[in-house]
Order: sequence, then C-alpha cells, then structure tokens
Amino acid sequence: MLLQLLLLAACLSVGLYAAVRLGADRASEATFDAVLGAAAGSLAEEVRVAEGGITVDLPPATFSMLSAMGEERIFYRVDVDGAPVTGYADLPLPEQLPTALAPSFYDANYRDTDVRIAAILRSIRIDGRAAPLLVLLAETRQGQGAIAARLGNRAAVLGLAIFLAAIPFSLYFARSFLSPIDRLAEAVGRRGARDLRPLRHPAPSELQPFVTALNSFIARLRGTLSQTETFLAEAAHHIRTPLTVMRNEAELALRQSGEEETRARLRGLIRAADESARSASQLLDHATVLYRAEQADWAEMDLAKLVRDLVERFRPAAEMRDISVRLEVRGTLPTRADPVLVEAALRNIIDNAVKYSAPDGLVEVMAEAVAGEARVTVMDRGRGLAGVVDQGLKRRFRRGANVSDVPGSGLGLTIVEEAAQAMGGSFAIGPREGGGTCAVFSLPLL
Amino acid sequence: MRGLFAAASVRLVCGVLWLALAAAGARGFETEAMQDFGTGPQRIDVLSTTDIAYMQPVIDAYLVRHPDVTLHYVVASSQEVYRAVAEEEAPFDLVISSAMDLQMKIANDGLARPLPAALMSGQPGWARWRDLLVAVTQEPVVLLLGRDALPPGTPAPTTRRELIDLLRDHPDRFRGKVATYDPAVSGAGYLFAAQDARLSDAFWRLAEVMGRLDAKLYCCSAGMIGDIAEGRMLLGYNVLGSYAPGNDADGLRIVELQDYTLTLLRTALVPERARAPEAGAEFLAFLLSAEGQALVAEGAGLPALDADAFDRNPHLRPIRLDPGLLANLDQITRRRFLEEWRAALIQP
Amino acid sequence: MRFLLVEDNAELAASVAARLKLDGHAVDSAATLDEAEACLGVAGYDLILLDMMLPDGDGRDFLARHRKASRETPVIVMTARSAVTDRIDALDTGADDYVTKPFDFAELEARCRAVLRRRGGGAQTLRTYGDLTFDPLAATLAVGEERRELRSREVRLFELFLNAPERILSKEHLCDRLFSFSEPVSDNAIEVYVGRLRKKLAGSRARIETVRGLGYRLTGG
Repeated sequence: MLLQLLLLAACLSVGLYAAVRLGADRASEATFDAVLGAAAGSLAEEVRVAEGGITVDLPPATFSMLSAMGEERIFYRVDVDGAPVTGYADLPLPEQLPTALAPSFYDANYRDTDVRIAAILRSIRIDGRAAPLLVLLAETRQGQGAIAARLGNRAAVLGLAIFLAAIPFSLYFARSFLSPIDRLAEAVGRRGARDLRPLRHPAPSELQPFVTALNSFIARLRGTLSQTETFLAEAAHHIRTPLTVMRNEAELALRQSGEEETRARLRGLIRAADESARSASQLLDHATVLYRAEQADWAEMDLAKLVRDLVERFRPAAEMRDISVRLEVRGTLPTRADPVLVEAALRNIIDNAVKYSAPDGLVEVMAEAVAGEARVTVMDRGRGLAGVVDQGLKRRFRRGANVSDVPGSGLGLTIVEEAAQAMGGSFAIGPREGGGTCAVFSLPLL
Repeated sequence: MRGLFAAASVRLVCGVLWLALAAAGARGFETEAMQDFGTGPQRIDVLSTTDIAYMQPVIDAYLVRHPDVTLHYVVASSQEVYRAVAEEEAPFDLVISSAMDLQMKIANDGLARPLPAALMSGQPGWARWRDLLVAVTQEPVVLLLGRDALPPGTPAPTTRRELIDLLRDHPDRFRGKVATYDPAVSGAGYLFAAQDARLSDAFWRLAEVMGRLDAKLYCCSAGMIGDIAEGRMLLGYNVLGSYAPGNDADGLRIVELQDYTLTLLRTALVPERARAPEAGAEFLAFLLSAEGQALVAEGAGLPALDADAFDRNPHLRPIRLDPGLLANLDQITRRRFLEEWRAALIQP
Repeated sequence: MRFLLVEDNAELAASVAARLKLDGHAVDSAATLDEAEACLGVAGYDLILLDMMLPDGDGRDFLARHRKASRETPVIVMTARSAVTDRIDALDTGADDYVTKPFDFAELEARCRAVLRRRGGGAQTLRTYGDLTFDPLAATLAVGEERRELRSREVRLFELFLNAPERILSKEHLCDRLFSFSEPVSDNAIEVYVGRLRKKLAGSRARIETVRGLGYRLTGG
C-alpha cells in the first residue's frame, strides 16, 4: 500500500510539474515572443532607402529594453534582396520565409547558444521596384527558461513533499486527500496560456501552504512579465500610422456610401480603430508612468500653470460635444514633481470627466493650495460611478459597470493612482453631491 | 588628481618597457606599450587601454600579496583591444577597456567568460552586465575651460543651453578655439556623441554652434587637455575628466554640466580564450576590492566606483551598460550618425 | 481654406487630402521638408499640417526654421507617438496645436478653427445665405442686425446645411458628421439640434424643412 501511495505521489508530482511547467512555458514564451516580434517590427521600420543606398538607424532603446527583461544577449541581421546588409551576417535564416503579415518565430543555435529568433518580411522600394526586406532579431532566453524551470521545479518539490508527509496517514485520509489535489492540478492544467490569476480554487486547509506557495510563484512570474509593458510602449506607436489610414479610408467610404448596411459596418470599423488607438495610448501612458516613477526625476514646477495649459488643450475636444470646461486657478502652486507624470495623471482625469459628461455638460477644474497641498479638483455631472467602490476602479483594466458604450481600456485611473503615489501625492475619486463624479488629485506643496 | 605628463615619465625606469608601434612579435594587433611585473611562475596576461602609470600602484600592491605571479601588462587602443579579443582571439586573462560599446559587443557575442558569482554579487546593477562585464571605474565626461575661456565677469556655463548661449554671444572670442572629439576618428568621442544625441535635443544645436565657430576636432582627450592648458584652445567639450589635471593646475576649470553629465564606465571582462581565467578573475577581484579601489582612486587618480555619487549628484548619468550600446556600433547606423554630425558641423 | 499637408506616408497623405477636399478645402501635399519649403515659397496657406518624422529631417527643425523666418501660417502637428513627453515637446518647439494619430476629422476641424480664432487669421470667413450672415470662427449667426451666438455643434450642423443648400440631408448622414463614432447617440439627438438651430434662425427667411422619411433641407436663401 505504501508503495502504491509513493507511486501515486510520484505520478502526481510529475503531473503537477508538467502542468505548471507547460503553463509557465507557454505563457512566458507567448509574452516574450510578442515583445521580440514588436522589437523586430520597430527595427524594420528604421530601415529606409536614401540617396546613398540603404540606411538603418537602430533604436538603442529597443535593444536596451529587450535586454532589460532578463539581461539577454541580442543578435540581429538585415537582408535586402536576399543579401545581408548589416548586423550578424551568419545568423541562421528561417526555414520558411515569414509572410508579410505576421512575423515568424523559431529556435536556433547560434554561437554555441540557444536563441529565439523573430523574422519579419517587408518590402522596400529601391530604384523604383519593390525589394524584399528581411529583418531577423534574436535573443537568448535565459530569463524565460529560468522562470519556467524555477516554477516547475518548486511545484514538483512541493508536491512531492506534501505527498511524502501524507504517507503516514491512513489510506482513508489519503483518499480524501487526493481528490482535492487532483482537482487542483486539473485547475492549473486547464488554464490558458496567459492566465496568471492567483489560484482561488477551494482547497482543504491542509493544502493551503501549497496553494499559497503556488500563488506566490504565479505572482512573481506576473511581476517579471509586467516588465514587458515597458517595451510594448515602444511598439505601440508603430501601429498608429496604419490605423490612421484605415480610419480615414473608412470615414471617406462612409461619406460616399449610401447603403445603410455598409455604413453600419464602417461605423463599427471606425469605433474599433478608435478603441485600439485609445488602448495603445493608455498602455503607453501606463508604461511611461511606471518607468518614470522609478526614475524619480523630479523638478520644481508650477502646478497651476500646467493645469491652465492642459485645460486649454482640452477645450476644442470638449467644445465639439458642447461641453464647457470652467477653470478656477489663482496664483501659482509650486511643487516638486515630474511634469510628465503630472500631465499624464491630470489628462486622464479630465479626459474621463469629458468623456462621461452628457452633451451641454459642464466640467469644473479647480486648482488651489489647501493645507500644505497643491490640490486639483475635477468635477462633472456625468453618469457617476454607479455605486462602484473607488478602490476597485483604480485597479488595472477595471472599468465601471455603466460605461460599456464608451471606449476605454480601464487603465486611466490606475495611471492616475500610480502617478500620485510615485510623487508622494494622493488621488481620490467619489460621487459628487447632486450626481456626477468628483476627482481630487493632490501633491505636496513646496 | 595629478599631472598626467609627470606620471607618465616616472615609470620609464623600472621593468621592461618598450614601445611596439608596429606589430609586436606574432601579434596581429597594434600595441602601444607593455611591461612585465614580478617574476613568479603563475603568469597573468592583462590587455588594457589604461596607461601603465595608472595601474602601477594596484599591480604593485597585488604582487606583494601574490609573489608567485608574473603580470604581463599590455596597453593598446580601444579598437585594437577589441580586435585582439574578437578577431585574433589572443589569449589574455583580463581585458580592461574604456570603450563600453566594444566591450559589450565582446560580451554579447559570447567571447567573454562568466565571472565568479562572489565577484559579481556586490556590484550594483548599473555597473555590470550579466556575469560577463563589470565596471572598474566611473569617469565623468566634462566641459573643460581654459584659463582665459570666460570673458571677464561672465559666470561659467552650467548647462548645455548656457554653453550654447555663451558661444553664440562671443563668436569672435571662440572662433577656432573650441575643442571636441572627432567621432569619426575616436571611439570614445563617437560613444559620447551618440549618448548626447540620445539624451538631449540641445546636442545638435551645440554641434551646429561649434561648427559655426570652426571647432577643432581631436582624436584624444590628452590632445585637447594639452592644447587647452597651453592656451591654444579655450574650451573643450566632452573631455574625459579623469585625464584632466585638477582645477588649480594651469588655471583650468572642470565643469560638470548640470543638465546631465555622462559618466563613462571603464569595464573589465575575462575572455573565453583566457589561458589562466581564474588568475585573471582574481586580479579583477582585487581591483574591485576596497583596497584595490582605494589604490585606483588615490594612487592612480582614476575615480573609483561610487554608487553614492549618483545620489549626491543627480546630474551624473552612467552610460547604460546594456545591449543598447550595440545599436550605435552598427556600421550603417554609425555612418548615418556621422553624416548627420558632419551636416550639423559643416553648414552650407 | 488652403492647407499644406506635410506627410511622407503616401497612403496616409492621400487619404487625409481626399478627406479635406471632400469638405471643400484646397490641399497641397509635400512628402519631404524640402518639398514643403518649395510649396511655401510659391503659395500662401491658411494652415500647415505637419508630420514629425520625415525622410529628410525632423519636423522640429522645420518648425524652428518656420518661426525664425517669422512666417505667420499656423502649424498643427500630427504625431504618431503619443508618449506624453513627445506631446509636451511638440508644443515647446512652436507648433500651435497637435493631434494624435489616428485622429477624428471633426476634432481636427475643431482644432483648426480654434487655432485660427486664436491667431485672428482666416481672413475671409463670413458666409451669407439669404438674409443670414454666418461667421463660423466667431460662432455667430446674424439675422439682419441681430447677432446670435451658436454652440459648437450648432455651428457644425449649420455648416453642413450651408454646404449643400436646397439638398436633402439624411439623419444618418448628419449623425455621422455631428457625433463622434465613439459616443452613444440617441435616436432623437439630431432632432434636438435641428430644433435648436431653428430657434436661432427665427425671424429669417431661411428655414430648415423636415422632409418626411428622408431628412432635412435648408431653404429660403
């Protein structure tokens, strides 16, 4: 019986190891690939044709950020017309050329080390004809391998330890023990590649340490992956130009088409473009905020002036919807902060107020010194928060329950909150008396 | 700090020092100087861009503790150091160079050996890359003002903007009297210019202004410092501060610009082809120890690693030691940058 | 109005130009800074739309030269980067305003209008229809001696009618032009705005007729 139990323990540990390892492998590989692909894309963007032939302006930030994820080694190669132009001319080519639409990814051994390569195929105009441009970007995957291996190994060790500890108990105990673990393992195995939520599966108290440990690994993996956001930012702006063309063409077509069915589709297309652009912006803002918060690059600045300028910038967009913006600022409000962070925070607050205001609405912005703080208050008569507790709304990708008809990524309030915290300030948002929302952003006065 | 020229002449007497401007022995790369220290059976080969005089105090102290060592120290330019390791695969046990980008390329391309964990664990993140590359000194890149650089009553510029204003306001005074690196010739000059272009918009304007004033371009910091000290030049931009004599000597003034001051990291690695990698790493460990760093700072006058310096002086920016440096090394990117530089400098 | 569009992406330039022409504006396209300078040498423009990254240089250099030559033409920058630092940068270098790609044309128009209003430019903007005088920049409508203020949407709605007098405009068409695609619009929203506009037209011969089942028409000019 003991042997059987041991065998079972071993099998389950192996199963658990495989499930966790597979999940972690897939999740991290997908994320790392997305980043590598975007980096290769931004590299391809920098290859141009000028009078003297091909020019390349490699973006150092792309290399830095790619490397920052795990101190990886990086190799690249640029081919035009099938001949290497710059970079590592012996970097292995893909077996099948990628299509123009999507980068292809493959593993290879280069300079005695395993690398993951993203290949991108574009075409470039030289002397009036189109020539194929192939960009390869390779990185080592020590960071990814280490994360996945660590997670898997610890899961295996823990699984084994728990089962060995369980052996002294009777078979009866063992039986009631095994089924929840089975379910737990199944729950882990069933997860999608990107699902990195903590495990909330009901588990008997004996299994709590295991679940806690597993959750802490997941949290750590998630932390590492969140660094990719820094990098996604770099890539985000590259989708904007094609998005603009698409949006314009759709709008043109909409003007010229008389068929209501087509028109409805075109409207959907425009909405989708707006939504993508907005999400990209907010991701970018968020990454900027995370990055700059860490840099702590503060300088003396006048919050009052920044608020005045910002409100002026918003007026045309608000006026389009017949929304008035009333500004109440007196004197100066000297603070020590990062103007970029403050701008990102206030822009998101005012943007929210304008976005959720009804036509003919009024958004009020006040900046004043109160009790040693420079305080900016933004009030609207919009649809309010629908009773959702503000702490929840400030979390990433969380949106109110009553806003599904207005595009947004749900990152806005997170950006504000993180910016305020980084600079020693505070942010609160709540319902306004008589309907609407009142948001207060404060920084310490100098 | 100390006078560079005096220190360089003192060491001519001891050891076996000879100049080998052409290919020395079987080597395919050009060396500038070499010297053997000690007579022990354990041989350590060190290849470096740093002059022998600067390293002498550290090497002497190391040999007192390790009498069994013979340390063979070779000096070469940063390009030649790179060529020796990357192309000739010369079997050195330790390579120290001020060319961060070339060192990074060696490490990235798999030609460096992992350093012992004990050695890397104490190093801050900005001063190392993986376990392959580690900084041994941090040296600010400064504005050097000659004795008569400033018109009477004018304060020294504290930012690049102020420097631009100063040069613009006194074109006759500064015409032909501004010194800076020629990035087309100097690896360090190129690295500084590329970093400048990345960090500041003001840089291109500064280049235009310097071009209008017929700035003189130099291969090396020593040449700029010499000409400024002797009054042929008034002002040097992007001079490696560690080579300049102190503020008192010759009335020279070192200015760390407050908008930002680049900080060069002199870095070390152990090549894959090392014959005695453990011995090389051991000497490196001594160089990084408290005692070794004190000798580097006081004995040689090269600024030791000091993480607190960045807290105390927020304008100091260490040049980031990561593969971002590879981008600037790309030949086409470099050519394009140099074209832009020439266009800014030489106006129609 | 006459626009100079400086944008190196040919597809994008073509679609922006097509869209502006559709609204009756004249557009010259330049793919490089050199071409832009050449255009400015031979023609006068009401407004310049400038992309920041061009093959032969940075939009910032263009702005610097533009300001140095003290040319008065306002510039709106179209930026693909939306990082906050870049936005602040664009204004610091002397642009009058910026839009982030992809942009809403209604917003672009609103910003053009705001810029021209600030600069007091756009010399001849008054338009007349029958006994009406319409000033889109000042957002006023004068019936005889009496001036009436219009809100932003009323201005745009009236412009739509004025661009096609005596023609029937469908509700859907008006909706698409008046509201952002991302904002929820109720079925009777257009009726509300037409109602308001009718009040502002009171006392004039001009009127907006409802054509049952088809839409609205401006008539009486």
